[in-house]
Amino acid sequence: MGDFVLNVNGAQLRVSASSEETLLSVLRNRLNLTGTKYGCGEGQCGACTVLLDGRSTRSCLVSVETAAKAKIVTIEGLEQDGKLSPVQQAFLDEGAFQCGYCTSGMILGATSLLHEQHHPTEEQIVEGMEGHICRCGTYPRIVEAIKRASRLSAQGASR
Amino acid sequence: MNHLDNRDKPTFEFAQSISPTRSGASGLDRRDFLKFLGGGLLICFSHTSAWAQESGRAFGGHELPKELDAWLHIAADGQVKVFTGKVEVGQNIRTSLAQLVADELRVPFDSISMVMGDTDLTPWDMGTFGSRTTPTMGPQLRTMAAAARQMLLEVAAERWNVAAASLTAAEGKVTDPQNARSFSYGELSRGEELAKTVTTEQSLTSALEWKIAGTAVPKAQGRDFVTGKHKYPSDISLPEMMFGEVLRPDGFNATLASLDTSAAKKPPGVKVFRDGDFIGLVAPDAFTAQHALSAIQAKWDVPAQPSNQGLFAYLKANLASGRDEGPQHVSGSVAQAMPEADLKLEEQYTVAYIAHAPLEPRAAVAEWADGKLTVWTGTQRPFGVRDELMQAFKLSPTQVRVIQPDMGSGYGGKHTGEAAIEAARLAKAAGKPVKVVWTRSDEFTWAYLRPAGLIEIKAGARHDGTLVAWEHHNYNSGPAAIGTPYNVANQLIQYHASKSPLRQGSYRGLASTANHFARESHMDGMAHAVGMDPLEFRLRNLTDSRLQAVFEASAEKFAWGRVKSTPERGFGIAGGVDKGGYVATCAEVEIDPASKRVRIRRVVQAWECGAIVNPDGLRNQLTGAIVQGIGGALFERILFANGRILNPHFAQYRVPRFSDTPQVDIVLVDRKDLPSAGAGETGLVGLAPAVGNAIFAASGIRLRNMPMAPSSAVPGEPDPSFRS
Repeated sequence: MGDFVLNVNGAQLRVSASSEETLLSVLRNRLNLTGTKYGCGEGQCGACTVLLDGRSTRSCLVSVETAAKAKIVTIEGLEQDGKLSPVQQAFLDEGAFQCGYCTSGMILGATSLLHEQHHPTEEQIVEGMEGHICRCGTYPRIVEAIKRASRLSAQGASR
Repeated sequence: MNHLDNRDKPTFEFAQSISPTRSGASGLDRRDFLKFLGGGLLICFSHTSAWAQESGRAFGGHELPKELDAWLHIAADGQVKVFTGKVEVGQNIRTSLAQLVADELRVPFDSISMVMGDTDLTPWDMGTFGSRTTPTMGPQLRTMAAAARQMLLEVAAERWNVAAASLTAAEGKVTDPQNARSFSYGELSRGEELAKTVTTEQSLTSALEWKIAGTAVPKAQGRDFVTGKHKYPSDISLPEMMFGEVLRPDGFNATLASLDTSAAKKPPGVKVFRDGDFIGLVAPDAFTAQHALSAIQAKWDVPAQPSNQGLFAYLKANLASGRDEGPQHVSGSVAQAMPEADLKLEEQYTVAYIAHAPLEPRAAVAEWADGKLTVWTGTQRPFGVRDELMQAFKLSPTQVRVIQPDMGSGYGGKHTGEAAIEAARLAKAAGKPVKVVWTRSDEFTWAYLRPAGLIEIKAGARHDGTLVAWEHHNYNSGPAAIGTPYNVANQLIQYHASKSPLRQGSYRGLASTANHFARESHMDGMAHAVGMDPLEFRLRNLTDSRLQAVFEASAEKFAWGRVKSTPERGFGIAGGVDKGGYVATCAEVEIDPASKRVRIRRVVQAWECGAIVNPDGLRNQLTGAIVQGIGGALFERILFANGRILNPHFAQYRVPRFSDTPQVDIVLVDRKDLPSAGAGETGLVGLAPAVGNAIFAASGIRLRNMPMAPSSAVPGEPDPSFRS
């Protein structure tokens, strides 16, 4: 066990954990940031996606020790002053979820994608999001939500 | 530690204090319940008409909870609470049921809150499955709402001393138009303590008059799903909660040969418990618990067991009862009609075992306090899980409460309470609340599967395309939608239950998927044999106007028949009816001539299920069903041998992803003149045969085994002609 300071959603959080413990486990089980989901623990489903220094990252594959060196953004950190991020707003507007369990990961994956590619084509969206599973099969709406978010961002909404 | 979020808290406390007086079979006192709710109006729905009009009486006895199906309460602030044992798992009934209540009660949608799937707070319910919520719970809630509205009109009439018939109810208010005055529902219920039990004898608002129902109301609490605030079962945590792990055997039907837990016990705070072959442990944190589990040394004896190799012959040879007693449908005589048929076709079809793979695996948090067990868990049957817990721990209904937070779905896969029992067992042993979350490989291995099955069809037709004989046998996969919707004078249709080598159970659509795959593929083959267009052949043998209508709607949108299939591009059609839903699906596939890779490019699906409650939610469900159906149609299958699942990971068990998703067009046929049926399942059944038929149209190759185009061969089956 060791002590780590994590920069999560702009706050410095002190946590005791084993250095091999995954960021996912620390977020969910030690910091009670349960918006980040466990789906497979193997980097295959994308439910645990967070941003590490702005990049889409599977928190189930990153140790807390590695994560301590980066700025971490989870789903709880996207809303600013009660205002949803463009991607959150777009998912809500499109109704791009059913059970919603994949939604946190989808939103962070899409946020990262749009950061790298402001106006992705449909093919780029599909390629960029391929690592995310929605078992309810809401993919067409998620693609639409990402396109909408791209337009919302272009209109100057804050990210 | 943050525990339950604020939204859950009042409900939680509220239930704790009332549960001793009104839980399940222990007896039920509506007066107490009403008093607790702070007065107001309480409406109960009962199937038993003898209880109609009885008001305010305390009932006891075991049968009661089975007969009271739902509750509706209007508080002094005008807020409406609706209590139902149904659960929200992504199918959007939290929204659609509230729409129905809002419409019938004449209140804004936002004033309704649904209390669902909590065994202490809601009346007994069998479970959320079989597309039953909309056709059964919908009318029950509407009936209560209509009765509540009538009661409010009567209360207002009494206060104003006018006739109730001269008053109107709208927007949460009763208005006296002649005297230009009104009372809000809150004002009317304030100070009242009225309880009423109603039966189905209420006149309900016609769907033609709906204002809130029938519209695309967005998902209730949708914002909580995009902000990560919603607490799923696996997100629940309690003070002093420990994390539990359960040692899984090396295979099915294994017995423990040796066990050494000494290394597992070393980390501080770890406690290991053994009860026969159940070995579990708890630790103060999840990481330590997982490491302790991996430190257990156990040897298991796993007996030799069947594998994919020869599975379908095994299912046919090993009937469940040892002999054939499956339900049979017989009309005319297939034996006499077949020899006279001009064209005959006899084929075998198979479907593999597949996994539900809900993205949230099984999870539970259990707490024992003051002799009472409370479990938060993801299940489609909270009352069924309560029964399992009562049995496991020899408890009475008042001693167990099961709460189902809206979960990370189930698709028919979460009818049972494995994780709930494990968490309760460990919590009891540890003397502290315990959380158990299954791993993905646990979920693939130790949950149950959609049954594999063998289907044999023999059919005969005349040259003019009239079907004359149809014989359909389903081994193991199930009887759902086994009957043909086509007119055939001579039929023999039978389901044969087999001894399944793997644990199997419910699945979205049940065997409707398998029976439709076989039947609609066979229909396509018959059409080809007769030399007719597949759509024309179906319509020729069909008089069910609702099924005709969806076939025609789907074909029109798809522009069926306008373009001929080529070796690179095929078009297929299929359809059917089950659980009150009518579906017709057209598919366009693209086949790469060199690699034989199949891609589904476009799907048009027409759907009719009576009066549509929420067209947006319905489109979402249907699109999801099509996408989920792609997996079972093309590539999903469980591989197993000797009591082990060989592909218990998403890297090995492929599920549909973004790149598998075609363009999807949904055509809704809204029949406001017909009762609403459920729509969660039957939207899945047209896809596989439509795709198979499209592949045939392109290639002339008939694929009769689901999955039709796996990326590698399924052991025991011929090498696939196509991959996906």
